Amino acid sequence: MLKYIDEFRNPNLVKSVVVRIHGEFSGKAVKFMEVCGGHTVTIFKYGIQKLLPERVYLISGPGCPVCVTDVAFIDKAIALAHRKNVIITSFGDMIRVPGSRTSLQREKGNGIDLRICYSPMDALTIARDNPGKEVVFLGIGFETTAPTVAAAIKLAADNNVRNFSVLSAHKTMPQAMQALLDSGEIDIHGFICPGHVSAITGIHIYDFIAEKYNIPCVVSGFEPLDMLESILMLIRQINSDNATVENQYARSVREYGNQTAIEIMNEVFEAVDTEWRGIGTIPGSGLGIRTDYANYDAERKFDISIESVRECPGCICGDIMRGVKVPWDCKLFAKVCHPEDPKGSCMVSNEGTCATWYKYAAKENG
Amino acid sequence: MISDKRITLAHGSGGLQTHKLIKNLFRKYFSNKYLNPLEDSALLKTGTENLLFTTDSHVIKPLFYPGGNIGKLAVSGTVNDLAVCGAVPQWISCGMIIEEGFSIDDLEKIVISMKQTAEDAGVQIVTGDTKVVERGNADGIYINTAGIGTRIEGVDLGVHNIQPGDMVIINGYIGDHGTAIITTREKFPINIDIKSDCRPLNKETIALLSKLDGIRIMRDPTRGGVATTLNEFVENQGYGVQIIEKNCPIRPVVSGLCEPLGFDPLYLANEGKLIIVVASDEAQNVIEILKSFPENDNPCIIGEVVEEPKGKVVMETSIGSSRILDMLSGEMLPRIC
Repeated sequence: MLKYIDEFRNPNLVKSVVVRIHGEFSGKAVKFMEVCGGHTVTIFKYGIQKLLPERVYLISGPGCPVCVTDVAFIDKAIALAHRKNVIITSFGDMIRVPGSRTSLQREKGNGIDLRICYSPMDALTIARDNPGKEVVFLGIGFETTAPTVAAAIKLAADNNVRNFSVLSAHKTMPQAMQALLDSGEIDIHGFICPGHVSAITGIHIYDFIAEKYNIPCVVSGFEPLDMLESILMLIRQINSDNATVENQYARSVREYGNQTAIEIMNEVFEAVDTEWRGIGTIPGSGLGIRTDYANYDAERKFDISIESVRECPGCICGDIMRGVKVPWDCKLFAKVCHPEDPKGSCMVSNEGTCATWYKYAAKENG
Repeated sequence: MISDKRITLAHGSGGLQTHKLIKNLFRKYFSNKYLNPLEDSALLKTGTENLLFTTDSHVIKPLFYPGGNIGKLAVSGTVNDLAVCGAVPQWISCGMIIEEGFSIDDLEKIVISMKQTAEDAGVQIVTGDTKVVERGNADGIYINTAGIGTRIEGVDLGVHNIQPGDMVIINGYIGDHGTAIITTREKFPINIDIKSDCRPLNKETIALLSKLDGIRIMRDPTRGGVATTLNEFVENQGYGVQIIEKNCPIRPVVSGLCEPLGFDPLYLANEGKLIIVVASDEAQNVIEILKSFPENDNPCIIGEVVEEPKGKVVMETSIGSSRILDMLSGEMLPRIC
């Protein structure tokens, strides 16, 4: 498997693509948004920006699922965790996200039962192993993770596992990109679209961006060579003045995606309006659990009440996720906000913009 | 807003929060000339002899893992803290805190392992203490060891010796211990063949220091990994370190597991690794001496000390670009996707 990865990190191949990028770039400044946090990490980890022409700017978008999860969701998870006989199960990087007053990790110190899972199926196993407890899985993520959560809910229903439920904050990607474009706050000349989302949905979910907004889109893999090739493809689209949706990540992404995954996602979830941290409500951009599976919806199953929601004053995560500002613009960044004591969600996940800048670039200018 | 009134796991991660706690609380009240430099071991001068004194508490889950157990770790950890400071480790203490109900068979396995490791390292366990706490008040067993060693004559190790042009050497594969622990603890449903590198390193350090003059500093990159140790070398110094990513020895099984979890092997813990900074004309001799011990499976030069950028570790990435390699901050948590 790894040999297959190494080929996408081959320095000679990288060099040849970089030479083509420099040769074909017109020189007119362009901003490309990498929507996914995974792409942001690759860019920083391998030093990709340094290989590009000076006037090709890469900006990070709202594609880190932990970052866009709103404060009220964390507050609800914490409120649930403090109930008697509740086990909260979550992906690892979620536990440090600050809510209004505290985080799940901090509450672990106050005795809540919090377990880290690698898959929602692990949470279902915990539910089966603890019949006297209520097991709540924190369902976050985009189309990439939603199908496996849907599958866990369906499996629980099929096997009548009644002590399992999901607090869903799942989101869908295209609506967020549309909201960014409609805000008119930033000029984007091309989107590097998340490959893993399209592995599920296929590539046509971005057609409207190319058609309506005339902005090139390339569905990209996550290795350095993938990303450089995607950048070259965007430059070529700009040069030919023909915005379309191309698939660079054909080794994983089929044009129409994974039908089985789409079907199970649609069976369990339906589109709802949802709140994006720092961005606000985006209509139809969330995945709520359908009435048929209401017994597995933690929101319906438990009467969750939370105190007023508040963000950390001074945190500009919302601006950063919209691509309007960068971490250096934030007064808190690397001063009082760092990965060990994050003030905003972008500093939490391994793939959050602030955490990535902190890890790979905080000392670059310091 | 989150208040900082309680201890969290981040205070024990070995990173920023740990450093703050030590400086703002422990050193503030305990302050003295031996403690204040905050080295791995304190240097105590008694008459003509220079003694090095260190202590380390071992809390690890799982207690048994491929390549070792908490007992082997408890002896190796303390021996290595002395060894990298230029000492011949001599005596070790053993304080055990055991949970009620703990298996005596398991305890015996741990004790036998401590005895064997102590014999390998040539140290004696000369004093100890045993406490048993109620079930639920500890996680199986915790072991504290303290150690005393005599400093090898004429040896002076420290960041003050490091100069641009010096070479940075590691004695073998990076991240084996961290990987063995994660795979055992998380019980991944995949077959991963990896053993912890946990072992005493004092034979190597003594051989190096008695045969060569050009050793500037040595460290064992445990918690926080190679990246954190390299950053400790350059912090507030008038030089930097440049590392070549493709020269860092990492087993395919280690990088293969790190990929999906979003971990970087350079931040994984090691328990049998040495990072050595040495004058460039003695670099090859270091490699030869390390190779004379068969446990050092792949000693190699991973980088060098450079004039610029000062105070930073820069890594030439595998694709030929470069980036900063910073300290570990926060715990490593597996990512969502």
